[in-house]
Amino acid sequence: MSSVSVATSSSPWAGGQSPYATNSKKFGMWLFLISDSLTFAALLFAYTYSRVANPDWPKPFQFSPSIIFSSIMTFCLLSSSLTMVMGVHAMNHGKRKSAVGWILATMAGGAAFVVLHMSEWMNLINNEGVTPAHNPWNVPLFGATFFGLTGLHMTHVIIGLIYLTIVAQAVGRGKFKAEDVEVAGLYWHFVDLVWMFIFPLVYLMSARVGGPS
Amino acid sequence: MSAHTEGAVHEGGTTVTFLTVWIILLILTGVEVLLAYEQVPTLIMLTILVGLSIIKAALIIAYFMHMKFERLSLFLTLFPMLIFCIVLMLIFLGDATRIPVMRPPV
Repeated sequence: MSSVSVATSSSPWAGGQSPYATNSKKFGMWLFLISDSLTFAALLFAYTYSRVANPDWPKPFQFSPSIIFSSIMTFCLLSSSLTMVMGVHAMNHGKRKSAVGWILATMAGGAAFVVLHMSEWMNLINNEGVTPAHNPWNVPLFGATFFGLTGLHMTHVIIGLIYLTIVAQAVGRGKFKAEDVEVAGLYWHFVDLVWMFIFPLVYLMSARVGGPS
Repeated sequence: MSAHTEGAVHEGGTTVTFLTVWIILLILTGVEVLLAYEQVPTLIMLTILVGLSIIKAALIIAYFMHMKFERLSLFLTLFPMLIFCIVLMLIFLGDATRIPVMRPPV
């Protein structure tokens, strides 16, 4: 048994144990996140290359409403990451009640992000006339890549909210283990991480201070 | 068996660590927004923003996603391949810079 395998070989790759010292759920989530980050990387590259290929790329984000708005969205996501990590921390110490509280706080941050992002989209669509195929600056690729990229990200946030709802419910009823909360946390931090690239590259690079340009 | 180390919870940072990381992330975001307000030239802006984003991503992965406290083999399995694949996407940059030159004059 284990004493024999330990005696013959101490290498974690010799079999009989996890070489990564993680459970399979966590490793599976990591593999998914790595492949998902390639999807987002491809979309970010598509946005950036479209911008390079179109010298008259628009700068639709006024500093005063849009950039301040998206900064608050960034703050919501970053804070929800902090509450999520606190939830995992509480769960690791067996405090189910407070873990549920932290997960609910995380969901509040995510929901605030979605609401703010939706109103940002509505402002772009209704007031600025930007749609996936048309916009007033005659650079249709802007709408296509912008809505594709931020839309996929928002989809991830919404899926994360559903995921966290299930996790919070199960943890409250004493069902899930600490590792399940940690796996959900990995997903949530990834959504936050992707926004750390979308916010500067899409919003801040197209910020407009002062009059129209 | 080492596969069942339920009781031995490896410490992955404390509340103080998480708060510190969160504050650093907020400060870096603030710097980025300030750069946008100052309207820094595009190329310098892009370089700084990508650099800061990579630092922020590394902080999130290391502390929030617990990677700093995992085995090195997990990191080596996941990340070199990811970075390599992302760098491969730079192959299309030449095409992107060529398109404006190829476009017929209006």
